[in-house]
Amino acid sequence: MKKFLSTIKWKYYIGYLVITLALAVTGILSAVNALPNSTLYLLEEITIALILAISLSVVVGFLGELSLGHAGFMCVGAYLGGKFSAVICEKFAVSDSNFAVFLLSLIAGGICAAVFGFIIGLPALRLKGDYLAIVTLAFGEIIRNIFLNTSSESFGGALGLPTPRMNKNILFVFGFLLVLATLAVVQNLIRSKHGRAITAIRDNEIAARATGIDITKYKLLVFVISSAFAGIAGVLYSYTKATVRSEIFDYNYSIEILVMVVIGGMGNLSGTMLSAAVITYLNNKLMAVLTGNLAVLQNLVYALILIGIIIYNNAPALKNVREKYNLGTLWAKITKPKKDPAKETDDTGRWDVVPTKIEMDEVLTVGIIKKDIEASEKKEEGKDE
Amino acid sequence: METFFSTLINGLSLGGIYAMIALGYTMVYGIAKMLNFAHGDIIMVGGYTIFLFLFINPIVAIAAAIVFCVVIGILIEKLAYKPLRGSSPLAVLITAIGVSYLLQSFAQILFGSATKFVEIATFEKKLQLGAVSIDIPTIITLVCSAAVMAALSIFVKYSKTGRAMIAVSEDKGAAQLMGINVNTIIMITFAIGSALAALAGVFTLLKSPAITPTFGAMPGIKAFTAAVIGGIGSIPGAMVGGLLLGIIETFSNAVPALSPYTDAVEFSILIIVLLVKPTGLLGKKRREKV
Repeated sequence: MKKFLSTIKWKYYIGYLVITLALAVTGILSAVNALPNSTLYLLEEITIALILAISLSVVVGFLGELSLGHAGFMCVGAYLGGKFSAVICEKFAVSDSNFAVFLLSLIAGGICAAVFGFIIGLPALRLKGDYLAIVTLAFGEIIRNIFLNTSSESFGGALGLPTPRMNKNILFVFGFLLVLATLAVVQNLIRSKHGRAITAIRDNEIAARATGIDITKYKLLVFVISSAFAGIAGVLYSYTKATVRSEIFDYNYSIEILVMVVIGGMGNLSGTMLSAAVITYLNNKLMAVLTGNLAVLQNLVYALILIGIIIYNNAPALKNVREKYNLGTLWAKITKPKKDPAKETDDTGRWDVVPTKIEMDEVLTVGIIKKDIEASEKKEEGKDE
Repeated sequence: METFFSTLINGLSLGGIYAMIALGYTMVYGIAKMLNFAHGDIIMVGGYTIFLFLFINPIVAIAAAIVFCVVIGILIEKLAYKPLRGSSPLAVLITAIGVSYLLQSFAQILFGSATKFVEIATFEKKLQLGAVSIDIPTIITLVCSAAVMAALSIFVKYSKTGRAMIAVSEDKGAAQLMGINVNTIIMITFAIGSALAALAGVFTLLKSPAITPTFGAMPGIKAFTAAVIGGIGSIPGAMVGGLLLGIIETFSNAVPALSPYTDAVEFSILIIVLLVKPTGLLGKKRREKV
């Protein structure tokens, strides 16, 4: 049994386990009516944030492109999915909490957002980096602007679109199930052959193309999948609120999702999920505590944490500190007993620390910047030792 | 015809403001290879500085705003962006977004989220050109922005510092070998960009004298769009893009059917331009090396 347990790669299943556990605990609690409405609301918010963060993580963390318009895709899902369910409910005279309608509108919202993702993915083939980021930002603003100016009969315009609501005791269960589904799709995608291709594009697009990876196909795939799940999160959102208003889905909301992904660690799904849950929880709790002008303190703290984390994780000057004090080495220190140097015979056992992954840029370009030369010299010295 | 002419003048004047902000984006991008997302919020910093010092004298207030913006711009560069030089562009971009948030929330803590009114100067009269009447602030903006842009072009083209800036944007390593202090040049670039942003804030306040903590966000994003349309990294590109975007905005506002969709129109034009010419109108094509 112990042997069997040790063969499981816990890293891959920890997300499912934690969410299933959370679902079981909250599900039982809500079944006995032990959860207040505010907690149910918080759970809905957390599930929406989880879906958004996981889906954005595919674009930012694994494809390596910056998307500043994730809320735009969510907006498409919320409006079109919400409208779909409202129309169906009215036409067939079914109640708001009809599961079939809910599932159908999830699919409809997801597909609509996916179509928009495909459309935005098309310029993504020609653009990259900063240019793509501004196009996604522009897209988010266009979508918001269009929904804001719709007539009151179609999408509600400035007043917002009235959408069906569902029993709060059940909706968050669906939310958790959707998180599980999102996680399953994204994680299996990343671990598949296609996921390897996607990360290869992130690491070096030209090298990836040279090895025969179809860049067009994979970039579109990533945008479509990511936006489809954002759309699903949007539909879920439309069911939590009585009206969907377009000003929610502004640029700041996209940034908030991006912050979740960045703080959790780009390309680290467990970290992203943890940070999404914690940030949403803190947002919700701080909103109750900090009122009036104090509410700004929250943004201030976020901004400082964001800047601090990015500088700590990326600054070239802090590289040594990072390698010394990260969770991995700390964990190794706790779990692995210190070896007595006197009992070590030689250092042949240290073959694994020789760097095997050399970045393509270093191999193929001649650095003429002083810093580069110094860095390569340092590396040489390191090898001699 | 009169409406067309006055709309054009208004568009050029608004475009002048956008161009000044866009110049800050484009110069920083050309030299530090980063998108300074916090640039729009420098405008807001300038606006609040004017609000604080306006009781003395408008001229003093404007001067104080420029000085303070320059100081803030340099501080941001030194504290937030310099440690990240040489790391991935995504990291720098996200830091810039963080700085933008930071400035906005600072302003909100200091001044509250309510709108403050900053009347730098009031103009009763309107300028009459034939049948067309034009607001005085529009004319001032138009003239001043043209003068600033001309001065900047001359500075970059003929002065030693300006040529050093071009050299750094062409090739940082080679510029360093030629004895240019890259760090100083980057600092100067941030200083000039921030001063231009402060001026843009002054002209925006002349047009509509109301300021909130998110005062700079929308002009910032619009000017950023303008810089990308013109080709980010190119100084003439920023001017062309800014003027173009200003004209598009005023004309779109003037057409009743389009006016609610002005933002959508502007951003759609950005997407179309980028689809046709991925590096913007005047941007240079950069060949990628492995």
